[in-house]
Parts: sequence; structure tokens; C-alpha cells
Amino acid sequence: MAEEITIPGWKKWLEDIGEQVSFFIRFFKNIFAGGFEWSEFVRQCYEIGYRSMTLVGITSFIMGVVLILQLRPTLVSFGAASMLPKTLSVSFIREIGPVIIAIICAGKIASSIGAELGSMKVTEQLDAMDVSGANPLQYLVVTRILATTVMVPILSVIGDAIGLFGGFLALNLRDHINISLYATKVISSLDYTDFLPAFIKTIFFGLAIGFVGCYKGFHSSKGTESVGLAANSAVVTASLWIFVIDAIAVQITSILFYK
Amino acid sequence: MEEKATTAEPKEKKTHDKQEVVIEIKHLKKSFGNKDVLKDINLVVHRGENVVVLGKSGQGKSVTIQCIVGMLTPDDGTLKVFGEEVPGLKEKELKELRIKIGFLFQSGALYDSMTVRENLEFPLTRVLKIKDQAEIDKRVEEVLEGVGLADAIDKMPSDLSGGMRKRAGLARTLIIKPEIMLYDEPTTGLDPITSREISELILNMQKKYKTTSIIITHDMECARITADRVVVMNDGEYIEEGSFDGLQKSKNKIVQSFFKDIS
Repeated sequence: MAEEITIPGWKKWLEDIGEQVSFFIRFFKNIFAGGFEWSEFVRQCYEIGYRSMTLVGITSFIMGVVLILQLRPTLVSFGAASMLPKTLSVSFIREIGPVIIAIICAGKIASSIGAELGSMKVTEQLDAMDVSGANPLQYLVVTRILATTVMVPILSVIGDAIGLFGGFLALNLRDHINISLYATKVISSLDYTDFLPAFIKTIFFGLAIGFVGCYKGFHSSKGTESVGLAANSAVVTASLWIFVIDAIAVQITSILFYK
Repeated sequence: MEEKATTAEPKEKKTHDKQEVVIEIKHLKKSFGNKDVLKDINLVVHRGENVVVLGKSGQGKSVTIQCIVGMLTPDDGTLKVFGEEVPGLKEKELKELRIKIGFLFQSGALYDSMTVRENLEFPLTRVLKIKDQAEIDKRVEEVLEGVGLADAIDKMPSDLSGGMRKRAGLARTLIIKPEIMLYDEPTTGLDPITSREISELILNMQKKYKTTSIIITHDMECARITADRVVVMNDGEYIEEGSFDGLQKSKNKIVQSFFKDIS
């Protein structure tokens, strides 16, 4: 009887990194392999984007309200209540909006993709697709990753707008400011260096969410427990990636725009 | 090992012997970790033949057919399908080979987000790249008629019974008209009447589509109905082969254990 071989933890970790890189390369090659699944891509955009709209909207609205209520006492004590729209807009557009919305999407979308593909693996649907000569990567992975890459930035922009509107309503609980003055203050306090880097990083957030969800689902082991693990692991890993990408994006933005 | 490699009767000299060999397996080995699942598998399947592989659960029956279709790579030995060495095939060549092989999974493996119609259209549009909707509809309706599921065409897999799922899975596999059919426990989990219906369906479809089949099962009724030749597997090796009736007279205790309940 052969002796049981134990693979050290670091080696498994390196193997996993290697597999992720290989999976990403295969995903990338399949984008240009021809026969793009447009109908499945549109369906995924609907599932991922439209069906996440309510959650993103409510969360952003509450974030806008809460931020104004939290900021107001401090700014009023400095006699800077008029700075509330500017403070909210800059913090929301640059950082809080994209990151919170991406985290919400990681929880909803990455887990859903991980669980769906994990369950397809457990029920041999991925194997069935593969042995039939079809390309599961093109049908399932390319469409989902591209759909998250497109929809997370769109959700982020919509969430930003709803969050700023929530801030306007919260501001009117104590102070009185009309919508056109509020909008003017918000728009005048923002320029492309606030909006553009934030938008670009949401594209990478979307890519990370879709990629992690698909990778975890595709590489789940064959058992019902693994479906839950794939979903859970997808959320944790995608959330971690969002913070890592955010940290890198802040550094790049600081170097380029805020010298 | 006394149980090994004795045949119940001289291997039948059927017309298959002079026909084309479509699957040829020699000294195939496969291990998972320290467990040797396939120790020394040898099998030749001729065109048009129905070979049933009998064996207890966990003996590696399914591993053999997973190697044939390239889902698993054997550790050692020769595995040729249509004369091509499967483990050495490139991705594109393997894909082309897989179009000639149908694989019916134990669960049916229907895509649960699609209706039966969409399940059947999937291989036509993605594998055979058929664009003509009239041609697609014709083939879908024809194959569903063949497996007796014409009424379930717009149902979701979750609305189907176990037997209907197997039928739909079989229809999806047959729709691309494969030359070889690999059945992984086609009657597991079904009641005896439905099992018999599925077994008869396998036989009818084999006649209609003129496929060569390997049927992995431990259902003796399924083996009796479908087999031209039965191979008995134990402990990672094929220990005996012959006709169903011939194996019933086997002196091998392991082979006898399969047949004792039906004799």
C-alpha cells in the first residue's frame, strides 16, 4: 500500500493561485474564441443588474441619509453646515458609494454565481456540458463575468445618485435646501478626478465579483456541502478583492490626481 | 487470485468479431490518491455491440467510461476510441471525438435553468452549430417522440419524474446522433417498471440509431434486456465476460453473487 502523501499548505495555496491564473487566461481566451453567447449575456445582465437594483437602491439611500445625519452635528459645530452637500458628494462618489455597492454585489451576486455553478457541478450539469462537446466556459463563465463587469459600474452610478438623493432628503429634515441648490452644490464640488477613478475601479470590482463567483463555483467539490462552501467562499474572497483593488486604486489615483 | 479471469463459456463468436473495433482498452490503470481504482482493465468493443459492465458500487465502473470520454486521464495503459489514443488528444481533437460519443449521466444531468426543449436545443446550436430553427424543431420533436416525452417539451426539469428525467437526458444525448453511447447507471433510483421501460428504451434507441454502447449498471434486469455481452468487474479488474445466459452458469463466486437472485 502506497504511503499517504501530504501536500504542505503553502504548496496548495500556490496551486490554487496557479489554477486561478489559468482559469482567468481560459476565460480571457474564450471571450475572443467566437460564438459569443449574446442571449445568455443579456439574460445575465438582467439577472445580475436589474434584480440587484432594489437592494442597491435601498442600501445607497440609507447610506446617504445616515451619512448626512452623522456628518451634520460635526460640521454645524464648526459652522460649516453649508459644506454638507460637498462633503457628502465627494465622500460618496469617491469611496463610500463604489465600495459599499460592490460589497453588496459581492454578497448577492458572487454568492449566487458560486452557488449556481457549484450546484451545476454537483448535479453533473457542468460535466454533461463538457462531454457533449459544448464549451461551459463560454456559455457560463464568459457571460457571467462580463455581465458583472458591465453591471456593477452601472449599479454603482445609480446607487451614487440614489445615495445623494437620500442625503438631500436627510438634509431637509433639519435644514431647508431646495433640490436645484443642492444639485448645484453637489455638481460644483465634483470634477472628473472624483468621478472617473471611482467609475474605473467599479469595473475592476465587477470583474473580481464575477471571476471569483465563477471560479469558486467551477472548482467546488462534488457534494451538497460544497455548494454552500462555494457561495460562502465566493463572498469572502470577492469582498477581500474589493478592498485590495480599492487600496491599489487609491494609491494610483493619489499619484495621478492628488499630488 | 482464484476468482480471476475465468470465462463462463467460450467467448461467443458473434459477427461483431469481424467488425470494426471502436473502443480498445489495454491494461488501463487509474488511482485516486493511494487508492487504485482501476488496476488492469482490458476491453474491446465492436461497432454495434451493447456491452454491459456489471459490478458492485465503488468498484470503478464509472471511472472507466469517464476515461473513455476524456473526463479523467488514466495513469497507465492504452485507451483507443476509433483508433485514436484518447489521453493524447489535444483539446480540439477531444471535442471532435466527444461529438461522436453520448454520455448519459446517472442523474440525467439536465440543465435545470432550461426547459426540456432548450435542453435539447443546446447541443444542436452549440455543438452542431445548427442555425435553422425549423431543422432544430424537427429534430427536437422527433427525438422526444422517440423517448415518449413529446408532451413534456416545454416543462422544466424540476417538473419531471425520475424516469422522465432519464428519458429527457437520453433524448438530449441522442439528438446529436452519437456513434457510441455510454450509460452510467441508467436505471438507478427508478422503480422496477420504469427501470424496465428505460432498459427497453435503451435497446430500441440502440437499434434505431445503430449506436455502440457501454452500459454501467448493477441492475440485472437492465443487463438481461440490453446486453450483447456482459463484463463483470471486481476490485479494479474485469474478472469475467460472456453472454448474460452464459455468465449465469459461471463457477466464479463473485459472478454468481450477481445472478443468484434471478436464477
